[in-house]
Amino acid sequence: MKTIISSSGNKLNSEFDLRFGRAAWFCLFDDETGKSIFFQNEHSEAQGGAGTKASEFVIEMEATKVISGDFGPKAKELLEKFKIQMVILDNAKTTIGEIVEKLAGK
Amino acid sequence: MKPFKLAIASGKGGTGKTTISVNIAYFLNSDHTKSIKLLDCDVEEPNDALFFPEAELVSTKEVTQLIPRIDTDACTFCRKCAEWCEFNAIVVIPPVKFAEVNASLCHSCGACLVACEFDAIKEYPEPIGTISYLNTGIGAGLAEGRLKIGSAMQTLMIKELKKDVSDEHQIVIYDAPPGTSCPVVETVSDADFVILVTEPTPFGLHDLKLTVTLLQDIGKQFGVIVNKSGLGNSDVFNYLDNENIELLGEIPFDREYARRYADGSILKDIPTDIENRYRTIVDKIALRMKAYEGNNNS
Repeated sequence: MKTIISSSGNKLNSEFDLRFGRAAWFCLFDDETGKSIFFQNEHSEAQGGAGTKASEFVIEMEATKVISGDFGPKAKELLEKFKIQMVILDNAKTTIGEIVEKLAGK
Repeated sequence: MKPFKLAIASGKGGTGKTTISVNIAYFLNSDHTKSIKLLDCDVEEPNDALFFPEAELVSTKEVTQLIPRIDTDACTFCRKCAEWCEFNAIVVIPPVKFAEVNASLCHSCGACLVACEFDAIKEYPEPIGTISYLNTGIGAGLAEGRLKIGSAMQTLMIKELKKDVSDEHQIVIYDAPPGTSCPVVETVSDADFVILVTEPTPFGLHDLKLTVTLLQDIGKQFGVIVNKSGLGNSDVFNYLDNENIELLGEIPFDREYARRYADGSILKDIPTDIENRYRTIVDKIALRMKAYEGNNNS
């Protein structure tokens, strides 16, 4: 199962980003292979529609779960349409590595 | 001949654009010309009509925006339309054969129709708001644009509203929205003269400066009315002096006048002092209107 996590950087010790559409990076974690890959968010500085574009990316990556601080109405609508589980985490101090460890059940 | 177009704008909201607009219409009508039309261009929250409680609604017109729809049977999910879209309004997800336009992000620019090589996109009209025409008993009355809540198409609505500006009017007054963003630029873009309304407070001055910069950038002639004078401090007057900006007049702050504003009855039993001040202001406007007519006749 693949999960997308909003991230402020491209390393496992990068801090989690509470923003979804405006996050600088996305971490794709696959719990079957245990691998995490980072993708730069091309739309983090977009004037509008950043949440929609981020949702499009999640769906395209075939993730079934997405972890972020919150989701805007347009992002929510699209993610719901494709039955992607939205997980809200409000801890900005945590790192991507710590989240991945929890997902891997370590 | 084309009418003289006067825009009433302000950086800060709540300085009195609408109060000044309806009073200028009222006194121009009584002292100078009956050929006057008022347009409420603050399409997100129009309120000029509140000050004409006896006005009758003459007619209404629905305004629409063309929103593209993607035919997913013809679509190859190549994504070209989404790449061309400046507003991120198009979502295309090839693996799940999904392609949709988000109407609330779409600006109807038409780029996606040009981008699509497979004839999979067509436009359909979607309502964005209504224009109401009211007989206010003052000149040719009031036209009010009212945008649907959530729509981002302010400029389209203002353009539609301005289609009613015709050569039969001698003067048209645009009551602008507050601020310095696109709807304000759209409103003042074809104005022959702009009145900036401000108040003598730090906020009033700060936002006045922003609007002055905007008008200088787009090359507009303008003057300033200081509303609610007597409040705040004298910084705004010093600024106008230093920058050589014309002070068209001052309307003093008066609690009783503010109460009448809240009651919607500012055009009834206008205090003599305020009446005289508006008359002096409209005389100045009438002079500019005459000069405009002289320049455009030759």
